[in-house]
Amino acid sequence: MIDRQPILQMNGIYKSFPGVRALKGVDFRLFAGEVHALMGENGAGKSTLIKTLTGVYSVDEGKVMLDGKEIRPHSPQDAQGVGISTVYQEVNLCPNLTVAENIYIGREPRRFGIIQWKEMNKNASVLLSERLSLHIDVSLPLQSYSVAIQQLIAIARALSISAKVLILDEPTSSLDRNEVQQLFTIMRKLKNEGLAILFVTHFLDQVYEISDRITILRNGEFVGESLAADLPRIELVSRMIGKELNLLEEMPKSQAEEQADTDDIWIEASNLGRTGAIEPFNLAIRRGEVVGLAGLLGSGRTEIARLFFGADRADQGKLKLAKSGEAIRSPRDAISQGIGFCPENRKIEGIIDDLSVRENIILALQATRGWFRTINRKRQDEIAEQYIGTLNINPPNPEHLVKNLSGGNQQKVILARWLLTQPELLILDEPTRGIDVGAKAEIQKLVMSLSQQGMSVLFISSELEEVLRVSGKIAVLRDRRLVKEIEGQDISPHHVMQAIAGG
Amino acid sequence: MLNRKFIPILVTIGLFAVMLAAGSFRYTGFFSLQVVFNLLIDNAFLLVVAVGMTFVIVSGGIDLSVGSMIALTTMISASLIQEHGMPPIVVIPIVLVIGCAFGWAMGAIIHYFKVQPFIVTLAGMFLARGLCYIISLNTITIDNSTYTTIAQTKIKLPGGSFLSINVIIALIVVVLAIFVAHYTRFGRNVYALGGSEQSALLMGLPVARTKIGVYVVSGFCSSLAGVIYTFYMLSGYGLHAVGVELDAIASVVIGGTLLTGGVGYIAGSFFGVMIYGVIQTIISFQGTLSSWWTKIVIGLLLFVFILLQRVLSARRSSVKM
Repeated sequence: MIDRQPILQMNGIYKSFPGVRALKGVDFRLFAGEVHALMGENGAGKSTLIKTLTGVYSVDEGKVMLDGKEIRPHSPQDAQGVGISTVYQEVNLCPNLTVAENIYIGREPRRFGIIQWKEMNKNASVLLSERLSLHIDVSLPLQSYSVAIQQLIAIARALSISAKVLILDEPTSSLDRNEVQQLFTIMRKLKNEGLAILFVTHFLDQVYEISDRITILRNGEFVGESLAADLPRIELVSRMIGKELNLLEEMPKSQAEEQADTDDIWIEASNLGRTGAIEPFNLAIRRGEVVGLAGLLGSGRTEIARLFFGADRADQGKLKLAKSGEAIRSPRDAISQGIGFCPENRKIEGIIDDLSVRENIILALQATRGWFRTINRKRQDEIAEQYIGTLNINPPNPEHLVKNLSGGNQQKVILARWLLTQPELLILDEPTRGIDVGAKAEIQKLVMSLSQQGMSVLFISSELEEVLRVSGKIAVLRDRRLVKEIEGQDISPHHVMQAIAGG
Repeated sequence: MLNRKFIPILVTIGLFAVMLAAGSFRYTGFFSLQVVFNLLIDNAFLLVVAVGMTFVIVSGGIDLSVGSMIALTTMISASLIQEHGMPPIVVIPIVLVIGCAFGWAMGAIIHYFKVQPFIVTLAGMFLARGLCYIISLNTITIDNSTYTTIAQTKIKLPGGSFLSINVIIALIVVVLAIFVAHYTRFGRNVYALGGSEQSALLMGLPVARTKIGVYVVSGFCSSLAGVIYTFYMLSGYGLHAVGVELDAIASVVIGGTLLTGGVGYIAGSFFGVMIYGVIQTIISFQGTLSSWWTKIVIGLLLFVFILLQRVLSARRSSVKM
């Protein structure tokens, strides 16, 4: 095994962008018949490295060898041509075309220039069932299938272009547990057939479950490569962030008990429901309490958050503030009653790319004041400076455009925006998705300290550990139903898992 | 099981059948093959334009220049034949090439400069309409024998009904377009482009060629429609075919094509145009209604169809969950 030649070898790769050296002499090798995880925090250079492989960027310096021959792909098509295919987190296929077309478009079987649909459908069926064990109707449009299936179809397309190297860039981010297992089964099968797979993910569990080998990058530098079996988790994490990860361990464990003491209900949903989104549920949030929503993808977590913010209209039940008895019917009501909402998809629903950090932070406060009472520039600068300091936003420049910030820092900007309005309830929907381990810990810590200051938080995350860590009460959702509330001492991974799994 | 994607087009065909039946029931003399054929004869040019428009809309774009392009084509044809004495066999290829070139130029601007198709083709619309008046401010009547012969030829069919040469041209265009849309790479690339341009690019499809190609097809179709219109009117005039671009878009949408791109059928647009024609015919049979009622009915129909599509696509996304 050891003296095999790698199918892909990258030596001393350098790549700079104006003002940034993204890759500083990175080495990487990939063997056939192996799943290789590429690990690193945000900004470590993972995506830059992948983009140089797939021809999106060209390398400044260094050599890329595929099968012993040097390659210099200039476009994704180039890379595909030599046998390097990539499947991205967002499925890059056409939802309106049929499954078969998505696999073969651009290379359809033709006779005298006429597309042979029957042949194409047959080929697609055979390919999907033989290589991916997927038995589906290939003549239906892609959009009739789930994201998980769409991803498999994207893999099928890559395979049909006879890939030697398959790059999977965050393929599991939007899959639920079963779907991940389905994907892994297929990855193992392909691996055994001799394909070299480069796998990028944020989930440590998944890395250890599927990978044979791990390469770690940090700040554009090559940190090390080792077999997954020889690398303990804690060492992987500490090599990724370059220091001992004590932040998580330091979290106060007594959090849950402290929170349970207060009995001061701030907002209460009774029999609240929306057809097709979430079945009627009861949920009360106390002052200063962190309520976690646990459940699989699509179990109704986001739906509850949107109901609490008035973003979706409930068609039954009531949502009332305990004190004043006022109902929340629209985001406008919610904001004026002191509810802040950081939505799941920060790119689409939260961040305004072309405004600066300062302008993004000021937005919600300005909205609560109305458009005629403006906030003067000096005050704006003060506010921006203050939050950049407390939330540790990097780079610490209020005039930096938000689109140039990393995901974790964008998330902090949104947090700052809502914190500034001094909400009494902050709804955080997946606040740590796609951000690195260090930033995650910082945000978790922030949530806890906010609750200690008396702010209530509704916390949603697909990472169960995280929900367990921050919440004083956990509402478990299954299949769009709130199935169980677990509080205080009863919170344990076992309890919550049991409730999620049901039965 | 019935494939959901065919529902809009089936609704369109059903609506056409119902209107035809209602007209036949209500008005004596309505129920004849010739009435249906007249729909084709009077709307042959619209059919050709709608075919080009379908490609553009499926690709995710829009082409507002088609009506002006028809006018410009009638004007150039009339001028070359009447004032410069050129033979039709030379004139017709010239105007078709002009149409393609015009479409190509707009497509190239849209693609390479990343400008919205709406604004580029709006500019094209003003430009083409304006150019008509450089040629002449007045109507140029055509008395060339070839043109008059083509205009007056009736292709007799059994049962005493007849079609015009225009109809034959239009039907050939429809059949060819269905073939291109479903059995050629260009056609499939147009659908892919409408589905997701980003994905099409990453899948290695020739996005530039396809996008520009779509406007060339539309330019060709509108100039061919201009040729047909010239046969039909036997004149060139700057005020010909005002607002036809909107009629074409309406027909395409009524035919089940989504304005957001990626979904639609040439056959749908065919029935969309036929529905247009039936409404006009019913109103003329009625006799007491003004022709503006056509617009009112089309307006209402458009609302209904847009809502229908909305409902269908909302269902589709909820099924996906």
